[in-house]
Amino acid sequence: MKLLVCISKTPDTTAKIAFNGDNTKLDSAGITFIMNPYDEWYALVKAIEIQEKWGGSVSILHVGPAENDPIIRKALAIGATDAFRIDSEAISSDQVAFQVANFVKQNPFDIIFTGKETIDYNGAEVGGRIAAQIDFPFISFASHMDMESENTAIVKREIEGGTETIKVQTPFVVSAAKGLAQQRIPNMKGIMTAKSKSLQIIPAVPYAEKVSVVEHELPPAKKAVQYINPDNMAELARLLREDAKVI
Amino acid sequence: MVLVFVETEGGKVRKSGFEAVHFGFLTAQKMGLSCQALVLGEASDASSLGLYGAGLIHQIISDSFKQFDNQVYGDAISKAALKLSATVVVLSHSSNGKSLIGNIAYQLEAGSVSAVIDIPETENGFIVKKGVYSSKALVKMEINTPVKVISIQGNSIQFSVVGTEAPLQSLDIEVLQPKTVLISVDKLKSNVAPLPEAERVVSGGRGLKGPENWSILEDLANVLHATTACSRPVADADWRPHHEHVGQTGIAIRPNLYIAIGISGAIQHLAGVNNSKTIVVINKDPEAPFFKAANYGVVGDLFEVVPRLTEAIKSLN
Repeated sequence: MKLLVCISKTPDTTAKIAFNGDNTKLDSAGITFIMNPYDEWYALVKAIEIQEKWGGSVSILHVGPAENDPIIRKALAIGATDAFRIDSEAISSDQVAFQVANFVKQNPFDIIFTGKETIDYNGAEVGGRIAAQIDFPFISFASHMDMESENTAIVKREIEGGTETIKVQTPFVVSAAKGLAQQRIPNMKGIMTAKSKSLQIIPAVPYAEKVSVVEHELPPAKKAVQYINPDNMAELARLLREDAKVI
Repeated sequence: MVLVFVETEGGKVRKSGFEAVHFGFLTAQKMGLSCQALVLGEASDASSLGLYGAGLIHQIISDSFKQFDNQVYGDAISKAALKLSATVVVLSHSSNGKSLIGNIAYQLEAGSVSAVIDIPETENGFIVKKGVYSSKALVKMEINTPVKVISIQGNSIQFSVVGTEAPLQSLDIEVLQPKTVLISVDKLKSNVAPLPEAERVVSGGRGLKGPENWSILEDLANVLHATTACSRPVADADWRPHHEHVGQTGIAIRPNLYIAIGISGAIQHLAGVNNSKTIVVINKDPEAPFFKAANYGVVGDLFEVVPRLTEAIKSLN
């Protein structure tokens, strides 16, 4: 089977967020960047598990500049077969999906994986946009997936308050949520072999932006916490009703 | 025209559907446009969408809508938007809404922004606000295309009755056959709102020491008509089902009231809940980082404090 995993670069989950002078871009000083956790822990590992059982290959696709290559090498170290980098900054969900869809139109795959969302813009749009452009079924928020055969998958997807189980034929696009696989840490052998695996650079296709950032802002500072005596829960109940007006 | 796709469940409009309609109504009012709703399949209470601002409700009936298939729904909503010349399409930021937004935006050649939290600024362009970096910041984004597609984060606006029941009109559109097959739906039967829609949430962490102790949390949730949730370690230990996990890798929520019991407040947990309007933290450790994000803090033994709070709320009622 030919499997493709789309990976993004995001700030580390514990990063302190600040912006540049006109608040249009993230101030990356002091920020550690990582592979988006949904892409790494769930999408990539699930693809490797399928490849281990059914054979074939796991390719990595990343839209980003050369400075992001360490993230691609990490994906190769975890166990992907080869990688492609579309040489362009990732600007928006639409632009990334457009680049990915163009690549996939020329390089067909059986299953295309994305994370359910990136932890920076939390858009959750890329998978759906890719699927629409290549007219594949799209299964979002997959938390469990089994291949019944080489071309049929049974996928459990997260919905409000539960899950639904869906049967889908390849080719399709799937977005990975927590539970789909167990995180793998690259071992020394993986790290060494990753250096010699193929990483092909693909030129980006021209694209016109549909959305633009006006400005970022930090949320208003929270008022200091008001402590309530643990023996006086009647006071907390009163505050919730009369001051906060939430009960 | 502003077209709002309204999600249904069990033949009825979901709460997020009413909220999306009201959001669409407020947006349309600002832009001098009409607000209309679109329902796919049967919904016995669809005409009540008029109460929240839909002037007209379009309905497409087809067996294809009995299960959620991204291509079938995306195609039908896009065709409806084209046929009705909608310039703004509003979705709920639900599991299905998140799946659909990219599909619809692509088909309408539209710019899109998901998880919008406030009515758009329309005086000069079309500018929407959303949370980014797991709610550590906000961003204003401008959509520059003639047609705009947005999805609305749950509990973002107060919705109120602004009209009367609206007429239903059947919309004639060719509906696709689904390529996927729904095998089963596994949902906990519950008389409270699902987490993303819940106005009050009571959430437990490792401080509860084991699943057998959840009854004290459930008692509090019952008197508050609240939905229960949990932290990641609790879900990972299978003390509670995974769909109750709120936080960065679980569900992001913004209820009016979030009560965190025995949760220390790791940054990844806060990322999923720090948009809650009022946060109460109950923890025996005065150094728990969660207190910094709380409105009200109680430093004490949860096994004593929580039953006391439950009784106090009971006597208020």
